Amino acid sequence: MIVEPQCARFESIALEGGATLSPVEVAYETYGHLNSDRSNAILIAHAFTGDAHAAGISHETGKPGWWDNMIGPGKAFDTDRYFIICSNVLGGCQGTTGPASINPASGRAYALSFPVITIRDMVRLQKMLIDSLGIEKLLCVSGGSMGGMQALEWAVSYPDVVRCTIPIATTWRHSAQQIAFNEVGRQAIMADPDWSEGEYYDKKPPARGLSVARMVGHITYMSDESMREKFGRKLRQKEKFGFDFGVDFEVESYLRYRGNQFVARFDANSYLYITKAEDYFDLTNGTGKLNEAFRTVDTRFLVISFTSDWLYPSYQSQEIVRVLRRINGDVAYCDLQSNYGHDAFLVDIAEQSEIVRGFLDSTARLAQAA
Amino acid sequence: MGQAVAPIHHQQPVMLSERPDFHVIGEIVEPGSRVLDLGCGEGELLAWLLEHKRVLARGVEISPAQVRRAIARGVSVYQGDIDEGLADYPDKAFDYVILSQTLQETRSPLQVLREMLRVGRRAIISFPNFGHWKVRAAMLVNGQAPKTKLFPYNWYNSPNIHFLSINDFEDLCREHDFPIERRYFLAGARHVKAFPNLIAQTAVFLLG
Repeated sequence: MIVEPQCARFESIALEGGATLSPVEVAYETYGHLNSDRSNAILIAHAFTGDAHAAGISHETGKPGWWDNMIGPGKAFDTDRYFIICSNVLGGCQGTTGPASINPASGRAYALSFPVITIRDMVRLQKMLIDSLGIEKLLCVSGGSMGGMQALEWAVSYPDVVRCTIPIATTWRHSAQQIAFNEVGRQAIMADPDWSEGEYYDKKPPARGLSVARMVGHITYMSDESMREKFGRKLRQKEKFGFDFGVDFEVESYLRYRGNQFVARFDANSYLYITKAEDYFDLTNGTGKLNEAFRTVDTRFLVISFTSDWLYPSYQSQEIVRVLRRINGDVAYCDLQSNYGHDAFLVDIAEQSEIVRGFLDSTARLAQAA
Repeated sequence: MGQAVAPIHHQQPVMLSERPDFHVIGEIVEPGSRVLDLGCGEGELLAWLLEHKRVLARGVEISPAQVRRAIARGVSVYQGDIDEGLADYPDKAFDYVILSQTLQETRSPLQVLREMLRVGRRAIISFPNFGHWKVRAAMLVNGQAPKTKLFPYNWYNSPNIHFLSINDFEDLCREHDFPIERRYFLAGARHVKAFPNLIAQTAVFLLG
């Protein structure tokens, strides 16, 4: 399945923070075919550093999508049955308007003049995209991590549009620990002199800061057990310690590699904006009353968490499930056993596929019967 | 990882033949009603009720593997403990709360029964009858914890932590004013009329 990115352009979008962004572009990919009654569309929302390339092989880079193991012919999100859409988030740096985009007013990159955006803004832009594609009802919105936040926001903002929601390894509001890790990442970027208050687009980017931010991120995506299994205390291409501050351990080498690789594909200012959007995320707008947020919600939910995920711990998913039960919502929940930590939703997908497939199938049948 | 995902056979007919109490429960439940199945296993009963009675079906199950298979089957089941989980539901949220072959496994049966009657307009409870003559005979002859077809476990690995007979359950309902609407006694799939506490293997009670 060779896929190509597409782009939709809108005149403007009004943001939750009060600003208006004009114009706004959104990069997206689609897989499978929209059926004649337009009832088989599924929106996949990507996680923090993901992009619109969720599945198939990119025509441009030759690389598989970030959820290619979940989306495709015969897979959990079966492209033989469903029409799948994935778009890059607002504030991103992979084709959708973000801080690295050119501000038409100045002819230069927005940088820090880009307005602060929220998860709700991201979802609003996705809704504009869905409308422009002529889709009135989505069979499902799903995603992991920040993608799960968007899925939840969809269910709350557009309850009549979504038949089912599959939030995975996510939360209904960012916790102190989640905000704390994001703040470390932001401070690493802003402490890099190359960051230059965000005005680095015609200069050297803050590669060191961004790569440290990514290293911290990667630690939080794994688990103690998966790191022990993957690296242990193995040394990197040496038999004894170097007694210096070069790379000794495999885990150091891995984190540095991941950090450096990330710098080549991600914009440091996007990192600041998107982490801020995550930190602001609270489905209840600060009231803490999740039952009220879900009051008008009429979609089916499949909530999935993973036992070793300490970044988005299972209790956060269970809070969502408990409230949905309290209001007698239609909710299925499973805490899947995995050692892969937060990354499990991307890599440990056998059981996740089993339940997503069955849940989607039953939702499609219910939709047909209705 | 790397493990093949078993294909899900859509519209697979749900077999209820192995669980005679399911037939009775299937007959009791009115079409279109709201049903909560506590300890629903792989969701066989709920899937059957969903298909044949068009009920609003919810389930609770503690085993992750069974929850997975139930969700894959298309039933809205959540992974949780029934001893604790009922508290979240509002009063009379369901028309029927079902506890099939699970009462003897709960830590606080009385609390579960009270909660079932709070959350549901009616409660359906089925359980294996510890008063069955084979159980009595096994105990009498061997002088050991009985191991029969109905109670196939060793004492040390049995999920059953309470042992009750039909008469025990009737006593409990009387003591706590649980209104018994109907009772069904089964030996295999056959309905038992006389001496149920001796002859019936399974009892199904409709409370409410």
